[in-house]
Amino acid sequence: MELKRVVVTGLGALTPVGNTYPEFWENILKGVSGAGPITHFDASKFKTQFACEVKGFNATDFLDRKEVRKMDLYTQFAIVCAKEAIEDCGMDLEKEDLNRIGVIYGVGIGGIHTFEEEVINYALTRETVGPKFNPFFIPKMIADIAAGQISIMYGFHGPNFTTTSACASSSNAIADAFNYIRLGKANAIVAGGAEAAIFEAGVGGFNAMHALSTRNDDAQHASRPFSASRDGFIMGEGAGCLILEELEHAKARGAKIYAELAGVGASADAYHLTASHPEGLGAKLVMQNALEDAGMKPEDIDYINVHGTSTPVGDVSEVKAIKDVFGDNAYKLNISSTKSMTGHLLGAAGAVEAIASILAVKNDIVPPTINHEEGDNDENIDYNLNFTFNKAQKRTVRAALSNTFGFGGHNACVIVKKFVE
Amino acid sequence: MSEIASRVKAIIVDKLGVEESEVTNEASFTNDLGADSLDTVELIMEFEKEFSISIPDDQAEKIATVGDAVSYIEANAK
Repeated sequence: MELKRVVVTGLGALTPVGNTYPEFWENILKGVSGAGPITHFDASKFKTQFACEVKGFNATDFLDRKEVRKMDLYTQFAIVCAKEAIEDCGMDLEKEDLNRIGVIYGVGIGGIHTFEEEVINYALTRETVGPKFNPFFIPKMIADIAAGQISIMYGFHGPNFTTTSACASSSNAIADAFNYIRLGKANAIVAGGAEAAIFEAGVGGFNAMHALSTRNDDAQHASRPFSASRDGFIMGEGAGCLILEELEHAKARGAKIYAELAGVGASADAYHLTASHPEGLGAKLVMQNALEDAGMKPEDIDYINVHGTSTPVGDVSEVKAIKDVFGDNAYKLNISSTKSMTGHLLGAAGAVEAIASILAVKNDIVPPTINHEEGDNDENIDYNLNFTFNKAQKRTVRAALSNTFGFGGHNACVIVKKFVE
Repeated sequence: MSEIASRVKAIIVDKLGVEESEVTNEASFTNDLGADSLDTVELIMEFEKEFSISIPDDQAEKIATVGDAVSYIEANAK
């Protein structure tokens, strides 16, 4: 059976550096940091008091107040972002077979704020009023509800679910959407990811794992992947959304095409709950899987949007894996971590970084890894590689590879390339 | 309008996102005010919280209109 080709025809991004994809793209090319003091709650007693929050977001600008009240913030992000992508793709939904349009939306955690509020409320009132929970507690909190809500809003009856693999979640969503479409099971899929975990349980939980940077006095420079002085990741929030569409379907309606989805990969470290394999075994495997799936060779890739979270162990093992997989070609391509600007969007990271990769391919420019200072070099990292430090770089980008790795040892990888007939 | 009635109506306006003028005594939560089964459960919980009462499930099932809610609460609130 011949697999169908899949292209990207719509984009949406709701991020700490821009609430639409053009704004996001403009700001990551400029090297803007999305970090600042946490505003979602009083973080003054927490070890980490800053994060990359979405700015100026009001769900009621887009959705009915009554509906908004029944959605966790992560679902609000997911829907508003999906709306941007669906409008951007220019599809006339009245002419479409909605049974063949699906929604696959990755989420790392889900409605942690809803969970936190409801459990606190329960703990405070169980002695006086007994075991009472709000009827919207479960449907607001569960990780699949964003995909469900988007389908309800648009009447999409195609495949509909969430993918959960921590910080690889939305790369897995893109991979699953790709497979459904190339197998001919759907004409288009709204594929994305969302997360809103910058709340007490999220920050406190990651703090307890020593996963977050504590550079409270210099938030904007805290996310510094591949620098010796890096001290953990910076939490981000938001959503990313791609409209993936079967090529002939896209051509028939005269859609604009951003790029072609060339291949995807998935693997596991099978090593530790949270630490990445020191030799980058799972990372190496996932990149090889994706290259093989795309039918591409290491020399075909011009840009790697790394997982690169700015943690001491993870950055080193990913670089090792890149050198192992790409050999001499590793020195010819550009590498960058857009998390240096957006922070780590957890379940939304894969979608947002796939968008950065797609726009790099489309526009022949690589966004930078910001916050590297001259001489701040880690002896375990090879600086002959081009990390695109501090300034975006113009170059031909034929194809880009986006890595995401999640707690649990999940790895997922997406390759996009220029669309050529 | 009694004080209880105005508090009940304020909760309904807030939770169901409807106009105050729609919240008449005869208005049915599901037929007139757009509530689904989950909204109705939430409303009952909000009444319990607001008036510090407990509404047993078999009683809650009988509360279908704004007027039903007001009468029940007026009879049972401390």
